[in-house]
Amino acid sequence: MLWVTCPNCGSRPFEEFRYGSIFPVTPDDITDDDQRNVDYAWMQDNIEGPVLERWFHESGCRRWFTAKRDTRNDAWLDV
Amino acid sequence: MNEFVETLLDLPWQTETEPNHTYDVVIIGGGGHGLATAYYLATRHGITNVCVLDASYIGSGNSGRNTTIIRSNYGIPEAIAFYQESLSMYEGLESETGCWVMHNTKGQLWMAHSTGTARTEQTRVLMNNACGAPSDYVSPAEIRKIVPQIDLTGGGRYPVQGASYLHGGATARHDRVVWAYAQGALRAGVHIFQNTAVNGLVKDGGRVTGVTTSKGSISAGVVLSAVGGHVSTVSKWADVRLPIRTHTLQAFVTNAYAHEFAPIVSSNDLVFYVSQTARGQMLLGAEYDRQASYDRGTSFAYLQSVSAKAVALFPFMAKLRILRSWAGICDISTDFSPIMGYTNTPGFLLSTGWGTWGFKAIPAAGSQLAKLIADDATPDLIKPFALSRFEREMAMADPSSAGTK
Ligand SMILES: Cc1cc2nc3c(=O)[nH]c(=O)nc-3n(C[C@H](O)[C@H](O)[C@H](O)COP(=O)(O)OP(=O)(O)OC[C@H]3O[C@@H](n4cnc5c(N)ncnc54)[C@H](O)[C@@H]3O)c2cc1C
Ligand SMILES: [Zn+2]
Repeated sequence: MLWVTCPNCGSRPFEEFRYGSIFPVTPDDITDDDQRNVDYAWMQDNIEGPVLERWFHESGCRRWFTAKRDTRNDAWLDV
Repeated sequence: MNEFVETLLDLPWQTETEPNHTYDVVIIGGGGHGLATAYYLATRHGITNVCVLDASYIGSGNSGRNTTIIRSNYGIPEAIAFYQESLSMYEGLESETGCWVMHNTKGQLWMAHSTGTARTEQTRVLMNNACGAPSDYVSPAEIRKIVPQIDLTGGGRYPVQGASYLHGGATARHDRVVWAYAQGALRAGVHIFQNTAVNGLVKDGGRVTGVTTSKGSISAGVVLSAVGGHVSTVSKWADVRLPIRTHTLQAFVTNAYAHEFAPIVSSNDLVFYVSQTARGQMLLGAEYDRQASYDRGTSFAYLQSVSAKAVALFPFMAKLRILRSWAGICDISTDFSPIMGYTNTPGFLLSTGWGTWGFKAIPAAGSQLAKLIADDATPDLIKPFALSRFEREMAMADPSSAGTK
């Protein structure tokens, strides 16, 4: 995954970017408030496949953007 | 598949070519943790009706691709006690198994380049000694005696303030450890099947009662998942939600350095660590990749950044060449501590959260999990590491002890 497409700057080297975070999702079937808090604080989907994430173009336009990446092979997908 | 792998394919001491229909214990994953648990079940508890299944060859996961550092200088008393037990067990592993695993006690220096980190390392020494892991805080002059190659100015940028020194810090050859346990387990009657991927769990009511594999389904009294980075996928089959993210960790070796480089050296401020292999190569690692990934790819940027840090402390390394780099996918727990034992799904156990730090834990975790399965009760040493700690608000947060953050 050497090149990342920034929505503002186009295709740029991976090293210019900083990973922000994944979109955390607490499953709907967890209904108890305390359980939802535990899940939000600690639990992870850890998906083997496409995930939605926030990335920061640190050494470029310095803007945040949403990206889709396949964790199996680090392929960058269209959002 | 390369020539090296081909030499590994046949497992001696086993005559069966197909798994039985049923076992007392089925272990998914033939890494160090799965195999050690099988070994101790058979040798210490007489439970030999055990099967270990690996999707690839044994040791093909992180157990065969790590930087082999064994240390116990963690930041929580329960963790120090657990890792110290493992460190001690490693010291006796060759005499117990009869296999030469190239265990070598070298001592580990954990460098501080700022007053804040110096304080952290001084605290670490106090806590380690209190919890049974003999350590000293050493001055720059003492560091130079232990590792004369060091530039104490850190390239003029990272002056060395001092270090914690864990006397028992050691290394062992990783694939030999895997094979020592596999051989011992096979000799005691355990079955091990390579190239046998588990692709689902069999359930009866809420209970896990077996596994489905590329070679058909197998019933089990209990199923232990010891699959390294793929644990979330397996746990999903059991409806167990985990505080785990899978991240790539890279490492590399240089060509041989003719002189002795005695200790293991880590730096908390720079985040990298280095030791010398039995062949003289310098073996380096650093932080794990920030984004979660199941890809074992390596990057040039990583080699560059780790090399720059290493050369700042050890200028001689500038003359070495990088021979190989590789990566593994690590099951990093969100509190940076391991997860061992039962889950809320009956019949389904876990050995996970080994992240970038689980090689050192193989003997203790294997023996404790075997005891847990045999006695159907969690031994005190690993009680703090149950998955239930998160819902009990008893997380074991220890991020600064991993050395890879
Ligand atoms: C580069 C690197 C450096 C490291 N350095 C150190 C270090 O210096 N010190 C330290 O203590 N730790 C270190 N670690 C961490 C350590 O290597 C791991 O924590 C440890 O090896 C984990 O062992 P394991 O048995 O749990 O998993 P693994 O060794 O990864 O074994 C898991 C096995 O499960 C199999 N598997 C997966 N899915 C399935 C399935 N569905 N069906 C059947 N089989 C399956 C895989 O093929 C694999 O063989 C490092 C890790 C890496 C990657
Ligand atoms: Zn940009």
